Amino acid sequence: MKYLTILLVAFFALSFATSQDPDANAIIKKIDANMISNSNITTSKMTIYGRRNDRTITAKSYGEGSKKSFTEYLSPEREKGTKMLKLDDKLWIYSPSSDRTIQISGHMLKQSVMGSDLSYEDMMDERKLTEIYTAVVSGSEVLDGRKTWVIDLIAKVTDATYEKQKIWVDKEKFVPLRQDMMAKSGKILKRVSLSNIEKISGRWYPKRMNYKDMLKQGKGTDFEIVTIEFNPKIPAHIFTKASLKK
Amino acid sequence: MKQAFKLAYRNLMGAGLRTWLNVSVLSFSFVVIVFYNGLIDGWNKQARRDTIEWETGNGHLVHKDFDAFDPFTILDGHGNISQIEDKNLSPVLVRQASIYPDGRMMTVALKGINPLQNALKLPTSKLDTACSEVPILIGQNMARSSGLNKGDIVLLQWKDKNGTFDAANAVVADVFKTTVPTVDGGQIYISIKKLWDLTGLQNEASFLIANDQYVNTQTDQWIYKDQDELLITLDNIIATERISGSILYILLMLIALLAIFDTQVLSIFRRQKEIGTYMALGMTKLQVIKLFTVEGLMYSIFAMLVGCIWGIPVLNYFARNGIPYPVENMDDFGISISEIMYPIYGFKLIIGTVIAVVISATIVSYLPARKIARMDAVDAIKGKLQ
Repeated sequence: MKYLTILLVAFFALSFATSQDPDANAIIKKIDANMISNSNITTSKMTIYGRRNDRTITAKSYGEGSKKSFTEYLSPEREKGTKMLKLDDKLWIYSPSSDRTIQISGHMLKQSVMGSDLSYEDMMDERKLTEIYTAVVSGSEVLDGRKTWVIDLIAKVTDATYEKQKIWVDKEKFVPLRQDMMAKSGKILKRVSLSNIEKISGRWYPKRMNYKDMLKQGKGTDFEIVTIEFNPKIPAHIFTKASLKK
Repeated sequence: MKQAFKLAYRNLMGAGLRTWLNVSVLSFSFVVIVFYNGLIDGWNKQARRDTIEWETGNGHLVHKDFDAFDPFTILDGHGNISQIEDKNLSPVLVRQASIYPDGRMMTVALKGINPLQNALKLPTSKLDTACSEVPILIGQNMARSSGLNKGDIVLLQWKDKNGTFDAANAVVADVFKTTVPTVDGGQIYISIKKLWDLTGLQNEASFLIANDQYVNTQTDQWIYKDQDELLITLDNIIATERISGSILYILLMLIALLAIFDTQVLSIFRRQKEIGTYMALGMTKLQVIKLFTVEGLMYSIFAMLVGCIWGIPVLNYFARNGIPYPVENMDDFGISISEIMYPIYGFKLIIGTVIAVVISATIVSYLPARKIARMDAVDAIKGKLQ
């Protein structure tokens, strides 16, 4: 009888605990609401940690939906004027030194952007989590002093870049604090650590991200948002190939 | 004519050292031309043979959207081979992938090939092993640039047919040595069945390699490229090498011909009395011109003989032992080149060189001899400058 009581208490305790886990899909919907906007204009600072020295590149980016984006590098002098245009699954890069525009596609998108741990593909992938993944809460952890939900994401579409992801989501702000991107085999390919979360235009947004290619050595690449404007009206001519040479 | 040769022979022998200096320079040019062209012919033959054995086979049946020289076509340039049931064809599927030796990323062409294929010399049978990692085959250049050796394990990352990343450990089953850099640098070979499983592209291929029993079965989807078409780049590179090399022996020939030309000019100037005497004895101006031209021609004949005396043993030595050609990084060359090159001196090459040397020596002898036609016989006998 005593054991039965303990078992019943344990069962109800477990049921209660489980019932405390919110709907994972609702969580990622909230993440999308924070992280994704119809359009945005961003000024950012990317710090690439090398073996000998570090480099910081500043850029201004325009984004509209998940299919259009345009980035212009502002500094250092060597990279100034380099522009990137993404339309659907195509990416063009304009280099002012050679005055040439080249198209990047296929596996070349896997190559690093300016020697960073970010690939062109990472920069291009702007789809909502809810569009690509089904989510399951696998637990809760404390990460960097913040209480988080640990959520496993499994791709529900066939063309997801990463088949699986594991994300640690701030329970209060609904912003991921860490994102592990995995291959089909389960191997962690990339880790993004997000911090400096601030409330901007009514939404929580991480102003600092560290991208780390887990298969490469090094400290990864820091990506810092200097300014961000959500849902501005962006002139249509920005997202044309003509704007690359302007 | 016989008389002209006899006289020319005597005159040349009489000129002594001057003749032998001219002959030496001309014979050197003759041997160098034969040697250089022989070297290019030998390289051409070796490069063609090795490229056929290692890369082209008897030809390729290429998917219409695939272009080996355009990486943009790799993604979609493949098709189903279920309809092509031919045991004389070996399918190859090309995908792009990355490896991470020592934590640095290298982009590679991942080539799925049948381990039991017999169209190429690639040791693909080494891929037919069962192990927990993915067995891969790499060339010596690739091994050098990646720092990988036989038995090493490296992380391989690729995308499946839908563009989703996947990764697994691969083990280097073997490192092959080849003289054909286009099958080596930046490439990894894997069993095609394994690649089909990894990417989900079942029964797909970018191109098929034909063996020597294959009979062309070109379709709308698949285009047959024969050996000549596949080797056209190699032929063009070798033709360019031949032209750039010809500058060297054209210069040598020019020096030799200039020496003959100078000798002829000097002879006509110094032997005016002799020319006048020939005319006085009844020879026509044309006959005298012929005599001097034959003298020039005889330089080339002597040069051949001297060239044969010292050239045959030297050329024979190189043909037998070859010339070591240490290639630090074969990728820089872009085409097949062996560590030891064996020159081949064909009949056509030797006859062609002989004709070229004889004709050019005759022409440069004739040009100054034309002056004789304007000479006055009496003034010539007097030795008067004309």
